[in-house]
Amino acid sequence: MKKKKHEKLFHMVKRDDISTSVRVAIKLGAIVIALVLCAVITTVATGYNPVEVFFSFIDGAFGSSRKIWITMQDTAILLLISIALTPAFRMRFWNIGGEGQILMGGLGAAFVMMNFGESLPSGVVMLLMIVSSIFLGALWGFIPAICKAKWNTNETLSTLMLNYIATQLVAFFIVYKVPSGSAVIGIINQKTRAGWMPELFGSKYMLTILIAVILTISLYFYVNNSKQGYELRVVGESEKTAQYVGIKVGWVIVRTMIISGALCGLVGLLLVGSKDHTITTTITRGLGFTAIMVSWMAKFNPFIMIPASLLIVFMNKGANNMASAVGLNESFGEILLGIILFFIIGSEFFVNYKIAIKKDRKKNNSEKSENKGLTDVSKNKYEKY
Amino acid sequence: MEKRIEAVKMQKITKNFGQVVANKDVNLTVYKGEILSLLGENGSGKTTLMNMLSGIYFPDSGEIFVNGREVTIGSPKDAFDLGIGMVHQHFKLVDVLTAAENIILGQKGKLDLRAAKEKIAEICNRYGFVVDPDKKIYNMSVSEKQTVEIVKVLYRGVDILILDEPTAVLTPQETEKLFHVMRNMKADGKSIVIITHKLNEVQEISDRVAILRSGEYIGELITAKTNPQEMTNMMVGRQVVLNIEREEPVNPKPRIRVEGLNIVDIEGISKVKDVSFTMNSGEILGVAGISGCGQKELLEAIAGLQPVVSGSVKYIEDDGTEAELIGMDPRKIQEKGVALSFVPEDRLGMGLVGNMDITDNMMLRTFREGKKLFTDKRKPAETAKDIVDTLKVKTPGLETPVRKLSGGNVQKVLVGREISNAPKVLMTAYAVRGLDINSSYLIYDLINEQKREGVAVLFVGEDLDVLLQISDRILVLCDGEVSGIVDGRTTDKNTVGLMMTSLQKSDQVYEKI
Amino acid sequence: MVGIIAFIQGAIGQGIPLLYGCTGEILSEKSGNLNLGIPGIMYVGAMSGVIGSFVYENSVAGELNPFLAVAIPILCSLLGSMIMGLIYGFLTITLRANQNVTGLAMTTFGVGFGNFFGGSLIKLVDAQVSSISLSRTSSFFTKTLPFSGKLGWFGDVFLSYGFLAYVGIILAIVVAVVLKKSRVGLHIRAVGESPTTADAAGINVTKYKYFSTVLGCMIAGLGGLYYIMDYIKGVWSNDGFGDRGWLAIALVIFTIWRPAVGIIASFFFGGLYILYIHFPMGMVMNEIVKMIPYVVTLVVLIITSMRNKRENQPPASLGLNYFREER
Repeated sequence: MKKKKHEKLFHMVKRDDISTSVRVAIKLGAIVIALVLCAVITTVATGYNPVEVFFSFIDGAFGSSRKIWITMQDTAILLLISIALTPAFRMRFWNIGGEGQILMGGLGAAFVMMNFGESLPSGVVMLLMIVSSIFLGALWGFIPAICKAKWNTNETLSTLMLNYIATQLVAFFIVYKVPSGSAVIGIINQKTRAGWMPELFGSKYMLTILIAVILTISLYFYVNNSKQGYELRVVGESEKTAQYVGIKVGWVIVRTMIISGALCGLVGLLLVGSKDHTITTTITRGLGFTAIMVSWMAKFNPFIMIPASLLIVFMNKGANNMASAVGLNESFGEILLGIILFFIIGSEFFVNYKIAIKKDRKKNNSEKSENKGLTDVSKNKYEKY
Repeated sequence: MEKRIEAVKMQKITKNFGQVVANKDVNLTVYKGEILSLLGENGSGKTTLMNMLSGIYFPDSGEIFVNGREVTIGSPKDAFDLGIGMVHQHFKLVDVLTAAENIILGQKGKLDLRAAKEKIAEICNRYGFVVDPDKKIYNMSVSEKQTVEIVKVLYRGVDILILDEPTAVLTPQETEKLFHVMRNMKADGKSIVIITHKLNEVQEISDRVAILRSGEYIGELITAKTNPQEMTNMMVGRQVVLNIEREEPVNPKPRIRVEGLNIVDIEGISKVKDVSFTMNSGEILGVAGISGCGQKELLEAIAGLQPVVSGSVKYIEDDGTEAELIGMDPRKIQEKGVALSFVPEDRLGMGLVGNMDITDNMMLRTFREGKKLFTDKRKPAETAKDIVDTLKVKTPGLETPVRKLSGGNVQKVLVGREISNAPKVLMTAYAVRGLDINSSYLIYDLINEQKREGVAVLFVGEDLDVLLQISDRILVLCDGEVSGIVDGRTTDKNTVGLMMTSLQKSDQVYEKI
Repeated sequence: MVGIIAFIQGAIGQGIPLLYGCTGEILSEKSGNLNLGIPGIMYVGAMSGVIGSFVYENSVAGELNPFLAVAIPILCSLLGSMIMGLIYGFLTITLRANQNVTGLAMTTFGVGFGNFFGGSLIKLVDAQVSSISLSRTSSFFTKTLPFSGKLGWFGDVFLSYGFLAYVGIILAIVVAVVLKKSRVGLHIRAVGESPTTADAAGINVTKYKYFSTVLGCMIAGLGGLYYIMDYIKGVWSNDGFGDRGWLAIALVIFTIWRPAVGIIASFFFGGLYILYIHFPMGMVMNEIVKMIPYVVTLVVLIITSMRNKRENQPPASLGLNYFREER
C-alpha cells in the first residue's frame, strides 16, 4: 500500500476582510523588524553600538537646519514622483518609465535655459521652461499609452525602453553642448541665474516643497473624487465595465498617462530649474524607480506616501552619514533600503492572506483515535480486495 | 444485481469561501463502471465539490475515500495519481501549445512526442475521438478543445472521469458524439461523473443521479426509476409551481427594430446571422437558445458594445421618429436620450466593478451628469440606500465592495441600478442565473413592473419554463439565426426546444412581425 | 582588417554579459516571472565573485592554484545570485508580492550591494592594497583557447575569448533546447502561459517557478562575473557595470524570448555599445548609436504587439502571481 503523502498542516487562505488597525500593525511590525535587522547589520559593519547608529542616522537626516531642509526637499521630490505615477497605477498601468519622463522634463528645461536663458526676458524663459518640460514629460507618457491603447503593447517593457532612450537623449544633448573635454554641463547660467526658479520665503527649497504639498492634495482629490479619476479607476478595475458604460478606454489610458508624464516632466523642471541648475544623465538618482515602490507601499494613497517617502529619504541620509563617518561606501544606504523594502513587500502577504492551520484535522484525528478499532476493520476489508 | 464497487466516497465534505458556504456536509459515492449525474441548480456547489475531488480546492473538513482507502488530495497531481481526472468547464489548455503537448503536460519521463502521438491515436481509436495532435489550441473550435481535454485525462489512464457541464458549449450533434464516447468509456469500466442541470441529458446518459441544492447533498435516484418532475423537485426543493404573473401588454408600440443584423467575432466566426425582430413597449420579448448561440453578441450590439458587419438597430420614439443605434457607443446612446438599460450576463466583470462599493457602482451610469469637475456622491448614495432598502439587499453597508456580496445580492444591486434611471428599453441576460428562488421571483416581479410601466423588455433566459411563463413573445435563436418568433401564451416547451436545436423554419408556425 | 577584427572581439566581449543576463531572464520570464531585479542580481553576481577572489588572492602569497582561482569566484558568484534568486522567489512566488516592485527593490539592493563592497571591501578586510585589482585570478579567466594565436583572423574572431564566453554561448543553446525540446521546458512554458492549466495537469507550479527564476538569476549573475573577471580584467569600479542589466532585459524582448537568437543579438547590441571606439564618428554620434539598441527593441516590441501573432507574444501570465484557490 502506498504511504500517505505529505499531510498539509498549513493552508493558505485569502483574507476576506482585514481591519485597518490590523493592516497598520502588520506594516509597522514589518518596518520595525526591518529596522532592527538594519541596526544589527550596521553594528556588525561599522562596530558602532545600536544607540550610536540610531543617533548617527538622526544626525544625518536632521542634524542641522540645512540638513532638515535638504531632507524635506528630497522627501518632497520623491513624494512628487510617487504622486505623479499614481494615476497610472490606479489604472493598473505599470508605468515604470518615471525615470525617462523626468529626464525628458529636465532636458526640456535645460534646453530652454541654455538656448534662450540669456536672450529672453526671465518671465518668458520660465514660461518656456515650464511648457517644454511638461510637454516632453507628457510626450514620454503618451508614447507607451498610445501603444497600449492601440495594440495592447506591454507597458512595463515599453516604458523601460523609453527610460534608456531618454537617458541617451540627455547624454546626446550634453555632448552636443559640451563637445570636448569633460562632457559635463556645469551650473547653467551661473552668473545671470537666468531660468533659475524663484526662491520662496527666502529659501530655495521652499518651491519644491510647496508644489509637493499642493499636488499631493490635488492628486488625492483628482483620483478619488473627480470624474476623470472615477473613469480611470473603473478602467483599472475592469475594461469591460468601462466600455459597458461608454467610457472610452483608450482615451482614458492616453489621458492619464499624459497627466502622469506631465507631472514627471514637472519634477524634471524642478530638478534642473530649482534644485541642481544643471543636467546629467543621473539627475534622477533612480528616484523614478524608488517612487514606484513608494506609491505601491502606500497603496496608492498620496497622503500615506508622505511618511513612506520620508522613511526612505531618512534611511538614505542616515546611512550615508553613518557610512561616511566610518569611511565606508555610501551605497550602504541602498542595502538597508533594499532590506526594508523586502520586509514591507513581504508583509503585504500577511495583509492579503492568512495561514490556516488545519484545526479540524486535529479534531478528526482525535475522533479517529476513539474509533480506532473501526478504522482498522475497514482497512482490513480493503486489504482483501 | 451485481455487487457495486465503490470507486470514490466523499464524506461530510464542507467548503467555505469566506462567508459563502459552497458545500456543507456533503456525502457522495461513485461506483465503478457507472455514469453518475451530479444535478443541481447553478450555484448549488456541484463544481466546487468536484474541484475538491480533482485537487483544485482543499476541503475545510470531511473525508475522501478512493477505492476504500482514505486519501488526502492536496493537488491535481494527487488526484491524477489516484486515477481521478476532471474536464473543467473552462478548459485548462495552453493556447500556444499543440494538442499533443497539452495532452502530455504534467507527465514524467523523457519527452517523446512521437510515442505520445501514437498513444493518442490509440486512445482516439478505442473511444472514437478525432484529434489532430499537431494543431495549436488557439486554432481549435470549442468542441475540438473539449476533445483534447478528454483525451488528456484518458491519456493519464484515469478510472474516474469528471465532466463539468460538457454539453453547454456543444451542438446537439457534438453532444451525441460525446455521449457515444462516454458510453464507450463506461463499457471500458471507467466511472464518469457528469455535472449538469439539463434533465434530458441526465435521462439519456446516466445510471444514477445525485442531487445537490445550495451546497447540501439532497439525495440520489436511479435514473431508470425516476422522472423529470421528481428530479426537479429535489433540485429546487419544493414542488415548483412556477407562477409568474403575465398581464396583457397595454398599448404596445414598436420601440426597437432590428433588421438584418450580422455579427462576426474576432476569430472570424459568424455569431449572429441576419437577425431581424421588433421589440414593443410594454411587452416582454423572451429570447431562447442554447447558450453561446448569439445571445450575448446580439444584446451587446444593441447596447452599442459590439461592432456589427451589417444590419441596423433602430430606436423608435413614441411619435414614430427613428434613430439608428448602430455606430454609437453606450455613451452616445445615452447622450442621445435613449434610455437603454442592460443587465449583462457577466455581472461583476461587466455590469459592476467588484472592488468598488455600492455607491460607487451606482455612479457608473450617471457620474458624468452635471458640469462640475468632481463627481457628486450624494445622489448615488441615495439611490444606493433606496435599492438596498426596497430590494432588501443583504450587505454590511453601502461601503462594502460588491464582490463581497452573494450572487443574488449582486444581481439586485445591478438590476436595481439599471431600472433606477427610468429606462425605455431593458435588456437582461440570464437575470436569475445562480439566484435562489426568492431572489429569482423578486427579479421577475421587477421585470414585470417595468413592463407595466411601458418598458420594452428583452429577456434572455435559459430556463424554458420561466421563458414560457414570463414572455409575451419568444424569439428563438439557433446557432445565431432566428429560427422563429412564437407567442408565449400558446406555444409549448417541446416546440421551443425543437426550434432551439434545429432550424426548421418551414415546418414551424411562427408569426412574422 | 585588424580594426574590424578588434571590433568583433570587442562586440562579443561586450555581448557576453548581455547574453548571460538575457538567457537568465528568458528562463525566468518563460515561467511567468518578470524579474526586473536582473540588473541588481548581475551586480551581486559580479561582486560575490570579486569578494571570493579578493579574499583568496589576499590569503595566498605565492602562486595561485589555477583550479581554486577559477572555482572560488564562480562558486561565490553562483551562491550570491542564488541567494538573490531565492529572495525574489520567496517574495513573489511564496508570498505573491508584486513582481515589478520586488524586482525594482532587488535592483536597488543589488546595485547597492555591489557598490558598497566595491567601495568598502578593502577597509572591511583590512587589506594592504589601494584598489580592488584582481589581476592574478583574472588571468585565469582571460586565458584564451590554446591555438587561437596561430590561426590568423579565424583564431582572433572565434577562439580568442576566456572560457566563460563559451560557457555563456553553450548555456544559451542549452536553455533554448531545454525550453523547446524537453519535458522540463514544456512544463516551464506551460507554467508561464497558464499556471492554472499547468496546475490542473499536476505540474508543481511553485517548484517550476522557483527552479526557473533561481536558475535564471544564477545564469545572469555569471554575466556580471564574466564582465568583471574577463572583460575588464579584474578591476572593479563602482557603477562600472552600468545599465547592462537593463540592456539584457531589452534583449529578451528583442529576441522575442528566444535564447539562441540572443547569441547573435547580444553581439549586435554589444557592437553598438562600442561602435564609437572602433569607428570614430564624434562623441555626438556615439550617444545616438548607443540609443539604437533601446529604440530597436521598442520598435520590435511594438511591431510584435501590432502583428499579434500568438507565438511572438510575452508569456501570457508574465508578471502575474498564481494562487490556486483564487475565485
